[in-house]
Amino acid sequence: MSFNTLAEQSRLIQAIRDDRGGQVFLLILLAVGIVVPILNLAVADGSVMHLSGYTVTLLGKYLCYALLAVAVDLVWGYCGILSLGHAAFFALGGYAMGMYLMRQIGSRGVYGDPVLPDFMVFLNWKELPWFWYGFNMFWFAMLMMLIVPAVLAWLFGWFAFRSRVTGVYLSIITQALTYALMLAFFRNDMGFGGNNGFTDFKDLLGFDLHHATTRMVLFLCTVFMLGLAYVTCRYIVASRAGRVVQAVRDAESRARFIGYKVESYKVWLFTFSAVLASIAGALYVPQVGIINPSEFAPINSIEVVIWVAIGGRGTLYGAIVGAVLVNYAKTYFTGALPEFWLYALGALFILTTLFLPRGVVGLVTKRKDNTA
Amino acid sequence: MTKRLFLFLLLCTGLFAAITSAQADDAADYADNINRLPAASYSEKTEIVRKLALSEQSGAKAVLTAFLAGNLYSRSADSKVFIVAEVDRGYQLTDAISLQAAGSAPTDGFEKVVSNNSLRKALRNAIAQFDLNSGDVETRLAAVKEMTRSLDDDSAALLRERMTNEQSSKVRSLIATTLAIVDLDSSDAEKRLAAVDALKGNMSAEVYNRLTAMLQQGSDGNFAEPDERVRIAARNVLVGIERWRTTYGAGQTMFFGLSLGAVLVLSAIGLAITFGVMGVINMAHGELMMLGAYTTYVVQLLMPNHMGISILVAIPAAFIVSGLVGILIERGLVRFLYGRPLETLLATFGVSLLLQQVVRDLFTANNRPVVTPEWLAGSWQLNDAFAVTYNRLYVILFTALVFTALLLVLKRTTLGLNVRAVAQNRAMARAMGVRSEWVDAMTFGLGSGIAGIAGVALSQLTNVGPNLGQQYIVDSFMVVVFGGVGNLWGTLISGMSLGVINKLLEPYSGAVLAKIFVLIFLILFIQRRPRGLFPQKGRAAEG
Repeated sequence: MSFNTLAEQSRLIQAIRDDRGGQVFLLILLAVGIVVPILNLAVADGSVMHLSGYTVTLLGKYLCYALLAVAVDLVWGYCGILSLGHAAFFALGGYAMGMYLMRQIGSRGVYGDPVLPDFMVFLNWKELPWFWYGFNMFWFAMLMMLIVPAVLAWLFGWFAFRSRVTGVYLSIITQALTYALMLAFFRNDMGFGGNNGFTDFKDLLGFDLHHATTRMVLFLCTVFMLGLAYVTCRYIVASRAGRVVQAVRDAESRARFIGYKVESYKVWLFTFSAVLASIAGALYVPQVGIINPSEFAPINSIEVVIWVAIGGRGTLYGAIVGAVLVNYAKTYFTGALPEFWLYALGALFILTTLFLPRGVVGLVTKRKDNTA
Repeated sequence: MTKRLFLFLLLCTGLFAAITSAQADDAADYADNINRLPAASYSEKTEIVRKLALSEQSGAKAVLTAFLAGNLYSRSADSKVFIVAEVDRGYQLTDAISLQAAGSAPTDGFEKVVSNNSLRKALRNAIAQFDLNSGDVETRLAAVKEMTRSLDDDSAALLRERMTNEQSSKVRSLIATTLAIVDLDSSDAEKRLAAVDALKGNMSAEVYNRLTAMLQQGSDGNFAEPDERVRIAARNVLVGIERWRTTYGAGQTMFFGLSLGAVLVLSAIGLAITFGVMGVINMAHGELMMLGAYTTYVVQLLMPNHMGISILVAIPAAFIVSGLVGILIERGLVRFLYGRPLETLLATFGVSLLLQQVVRDLFTANNRPVVTPEWLAGSWQLNDAFAVTYNRLYVILFTALVFTALLLVLKRTTLGLNVRAVAQNRAMARAMGVRSEWVDAMTFGLGSGIAGIAGVALSQLTNVGPNLGQQYIVDSFMVVVFGGVGNLWGTLISGMSLGVINKLLEPYSGAVLAKIFVLIFLILFIQRRPRGLFPQKGRAAEG
């Protein structure tokens, strides 16, 4: 991002200054970015203070989810677009990164083909499909990771918002979108590995993915991207355009009658949000080491929405809190009480919508309001 | 060479036997044949089986049947042949020649008369020849079908003989087809021509393949069928058959489409009430269907001896179970969230997770076996290109019934009047004395109950497991949105057309792509008509 004028720069500073929760969040993120590498790499293996590689990966995963949640909060919390298909953009980003990683395996695969990924050899394919060209170059894969979801989101948004599809109708067709993509990616003929997806990655830009330092760098990239995304989103919602977007959320017809082109605001916000989700997916895949079509499942998108709802929608940092909290609880419960997890998640859905319309973050700020 | 000589000798002995045929000799031959069985080679055995079938001895069928079932043994001591039945630690013996009971014996000291695949084929064919003279039409039909599978000159001759005194027209036409197929191989062109004519309008796949094969051109440019007239006749008959096949195929696709559409309508119609009439998004709708399917399972557990009527009991039971759960959801949750559709969506999604886990805890995560009663199973096969399976047919009828009943409830009862009043204008309805809270609960209960009924139908068509609901929830939303919210007729038409479109696409694109195309079509359609096929008009649309 470049700041052309002093005014814009000062507006960003102003936005951050007004954002108490954001300041706290950015400080915590900075602390995590400093403390985690030290505890993981500098502290000796046997020490109680040592953070295992597993924990670092887990934290990295949470932060990717947090980035996805920020993307959803941006459109849902600030523009009232309840997307039940954001996991589709997340998965698309993941697939773009996955395609690059697959090409990097080269002849180290099980079948040892220098060009074709294992699953293509297995399917008896003779040459690389055209849409796999270029994915051996990192910059190209990253460009695609940004462009493909952006184009899809832009087209989808342009059609949907121009025809004034709103509310639950929009939610349902976003769900149809991710469902259709899931069915498509499950097909072997599509050339994306069918239901096995991609896995068994070796290295990224020449660095071994199983090496602790590589993983730490990936983690730090995630921390950095999350911070950058947060500041950018904060800047957007505090800008003039951001105000219009919130006006659209509160009274769409009125905003339209005043003379704003509601559709374009929505389309661009939706596209930007999709790109954020895609970046989250691209960061997620090398850390987790697998991507398959179940990432497109409608339930995943709904889960993201619930993270945002539990954290507190329309605050940005609330989405991050929700994502980390719910996923930590998920990790804990699926390990300790696997049967209990769905009960807990179900109850969380119900209780938050009934009793916590402003989420966990709302609880804290409310108490502050009372004491003040 | 030796094989030819052997066959020639066999033929000679056969001829010799025929010339000197006399009643006593027949019986002696018969006994001799049976005694030769255990030691004979497979090809000899096949020949013996053929002879046994042609001998007019009363016990032949029993011997052949026992041989096919692997119950024919020879005693090592004197190589006498017995039909055995296993009793505890021994054999109940029956003399194979006289069919007299011969006491029992321990299992050792007996050797099985073994058979192989081609021999078993010959056995089945031979047994079919006996069945050919059975008094029962169905048995005769089955026998002809069995003989068609491995047809040779002997069995063709038998069929020809049967043709002369066969009474049933069904059996006659089947035999005629079979004989015509045999005649297609005849060296006489006139016979082939007659056979082709006889096969006109026949829809069986076998006939189609044979006629197509006749018109095939070999690598040397010669047709498989040398005679031009026969080729022309065959081509004409084929064109006729193809026309019928296309017609029947279209009918079949239509039927599949309608039955799929009926399932979609059935699963969406409950949603159409809660979503359409009340404006409430119930994400737990699929799980209410799942509850209905599990109710069927439980009902069948409770009445294991009355499977036939278990489904009829399950329908009201499922309606009540799902309906009560629905009312519980409405009273406990949804009523606090009216006017906030997105929050309702999330909260009911939570309910769906809870219900899935409850079912998982109660019935385990595995699929539960639900029995299909006999009157629901089976199919009506018109010909190879068109068959109506009863469960699909019943689903269509059942959907029509449920739809009509629902329409009557909404149009003809006080409850229906109240529901429509509240849907149109809540405040005014309340002012007129309608208890809107009570109406909400009842509407939600009605929609949920119908989901339960849909679950009963689904239990007959798909696996009953905790994920049953999730498979249908996206589809049912699509149907409601496509049809237009608040319009039952719209739901009916949209469900049926989506089902038919899906099945029409399937032959060209495969099932998964067809579904993807339908979803994309829906996404685009919503852009053109954001309120569905039949949008609500007037004030109710503003809400």
